[in-house]
Amino acid sequence: MKFLPLLFANLTRRKVRTTLTLGSFAVALFLFCLLVTIRAAFNSGIDAAGADRMLVINKVSLIQPLPIAYREKLQRVPGVQDLTYANWFGGVYQDEKNFFAQFAIDADTYRTVYSEFIVPPDQWQAFLADKQGAVIGKATADRYGFKIGDRVPLKGGGFPGDWEFNVRGIYTARRPSDDLTQFWFRWDYLKEKAPPWFANQVGWYTVRIAPGSDAVKVAKSIDEIFANSAWETRTQTESAFMASFAEQMGNVEFLMIAIGSVVFFTLLLVTGNTMATSVRERTGELAILKTVGFTDASVLALVMIESVLLAAIGGALGIAAGKGFTLLGDPTKGMLVAFYLPASGVAAGAALSLSVGVIAGLLPALTAMRLQVVDALRRL
Amino acid sequence: MALPLIYNFESVRVRWASTVVAVLGIAGSVGVFVAMLALARGFQAALVSSGSEHNAMVRRAGATSEMDSAITLEQLRAIEDSTEVMRGADGPLVSPEVVVVAALPLAKTGTDAMVQLRGVSLKALAVHDKVKIVNGRFFTPGLFELTVGKNAKNAYRGVAVGDEVKLGGTVWKVVGSFDAGGSAFDSEIWLDANLLNATYQRPTGIHQSVAARLAGDDAVGALERRFATDPRMKVRVERETDYYKRASQQMTTFITVLGSLVALVMALGAVFAALNTMYSAVAERSREIATIRALGFGEGAVVLSFVIEALLVALAGGIVGCLAALPLNGLVTQTLNFQTFSHLSFAFRVTPEVVGWGIAFALFMGLVGGLPPAVRAARVPVVVALRDL
Repeated sequence: MKFLPLLFANLTRRKVRTTLTLGSFAVALFLFCLLVTIRAAFNSGIDAAGADRMLVINKVSLIQPLPIAYREKLQRVPGVQDLTYANWFGGVYQDEKNFFAQFAIDADTYRTVYSEFIVPPDQWQAFLADKQGAVIGKATADRYGFKIGDRVPLKGGGFPGDWEFNVRGIYTARRPSDDLTQFWFRWDYLKEKAPPWFANQVGWYTVRIAPGSDAVKVAKSIDEIFANSAWETRTQTESAFMASFAEQMGNVEFLMIAIGSVVFFTLLLVTGNTMATSVRERTGELAILKTVGFTDASVLALVMIESVLLAAIGGALGIAAGKGFTLLGDPTKGMLVAFYLPASGVAAGAALSLSVGVIAGLLPALTAMRLQVVDALRRL
Repeated sequence: MALPLIYNFESVRVRWASTVVAVLGIAGSVGVFVAMLALARGFQAALVSSGSEHNAMVRRAGATSEMDSAITLEQLRAIEDSTEVMRGADGPLVSPEVVVVAALPLAKTGTDAMVQLRGVSLKALAVHDKVKIVNGRFFTPGLFELTVGKNAKNAYRGVAVGDEVKLGGTVWKVVGSFDAGGSAFDSEIWLDANLLNATYQRPTGIHQSVAARLAGDDAVGALERRFATDPRMKVRVERETDYYKRASQQMTTFITVLGSLVALVMALGAVFAALNTMYSAVAERSREIATIRALGFGEGAVVLSFVIEALLVALAGGIVGCLAALPLNGLVTQTLNFQTFSHLSFAFRVTPEVVGWGIAFALFMGLVGGLPPAVRAARVPVVVALRDL
């Protein structure tokens, strides 16, 4: 502890250099947080997927509908506890650039299956009482300034015409990975207003399996019921479904790791260089420290602590900035369903910056330790 | 009088270790920047090149994409009878098309991805004249045959020429593959429109879009005006290139925003590295600089010299970064286009323009990182610095 003033003096002898090195650290860690956040956003569907939920979609593709008549048959499948269904609406709010997902949901069952979403009871009652009602995720409501009681016009895509909805509720969720960008309205309203060809089709069913039942077996028995019918089904767990989506988005994981390693390597070079320069400049000082009785080990420790201290302060600044940035919200305006920095990312960032501090300080510290007092003093 | 350039080259060489650090820092940022731009350009190019300046695309009014559009037979006849549409040897050059998205396993992972099946007639090849059969033959109308785009052939399992594919409960035979010049069509599978409608229980006689070869350059406007006054034609007429430009917009913006954000943060880090290098260079050389000043070089000459040195380092970094990103050129990658809801293959495009942006980006970083140390160098008091000797 008594060496603290010495450490402090060393760090402040070249203020510009210390500031810049701290800056590099902070920037690198900020970037790291950003990459972790983007990755989490891409995988949020998988992270948020309910372990006991399965999606039943048309075997052809998600876009092809399923008949509403499947509801009763699905209900009777052993292992199916709850079920709900929804349709993709695909309307446009004012401009095609304003994208958010709109689902026509079965108001009676949707939240039994998707229990992670929170709607205040009075708002939910208002939604149930209004056929043209809508419940909007907090992220989307904030982005477009929708408030309860507002009328929201949507231009139909697959369902032609002008549609109007009354905002009756704003939903939030329990976990940060949950999607707060959706726009829900009532399936019975869609059915009422849709053109005749719609003929009671639903986009997909979500079933919740009973505790203890085997997901694979339930999926198989569902698909067997509808095999060789005009609308064959494909049943998969929600996480498998989301994973196949993430898969199609391309290899984000690889991209993140590639950028991350470039940054890490550069950071190592910058810090290593700074530490090496400052040790070189201080050769005389270090020799004097040794002359007055500092052991090799304490000189080593002194340089190492300086390096790690730089890393810790810079890293902390970067992580704090990263956290602050993610709290500001999604910069792509709604293309990412969740934008948050996971706690594991913070921990990994802290570990990363400390290890860079150790590795970057090691070589200069060893140089300082091995310094021969006689040689070093002769150079003065 | 300006300092000779050789002085800067020598200084860079002597301080090679810190120079390498600065060069790598800048190279890293430029590499990421160029890669992201190349990705966004490639995506856009794939979609935009699907359209032709000479074609119009007709969809139902209000439809956001081909997926949710519908054109009736009556409307199709009206399009075929329009004078703005070019006529070929066998009638008007009009291609009515049906699009269905089906799931096929990806070659790489085996997980299902969404592929666009485009139901067309023989006229499609005449209207989309960039599409060329490279292997086998085009499908025969009325037979369960498929013609596969070159990227689709590589992206999915079991769709090589000669393979049999089960789609919608029917077995189809792959009889050929086509090359559409890297456009979105290359990710599609083409087949008979009527059979596609029948297989997927879609209403007969309903197409989703109609592509029509235009008779003249201003025919799009004329066609639009003609249909605007026709109560049967609730349609939207667009130049094909405009449609595809819009279809790529969301994803292009997405890649550009995220990519620029990452590159910008990296640039900030690289500027810090450059500043550090140049400040150390100035600190170590204060006597040298004082000597130069004593020889009669002015403050301006010193600033200029140090800025040039920083730009040299940045240029080296920019070149290294671009070279590192260059192998990406032509690399085919895949993503999901949310606007068409299907999987799309496209190639990275490291164009001269993209490289130019990369170099400009590097020089900008060099300027920002070099100017403050250069100013400090010029301010070194000559007498004080020389006394240190």
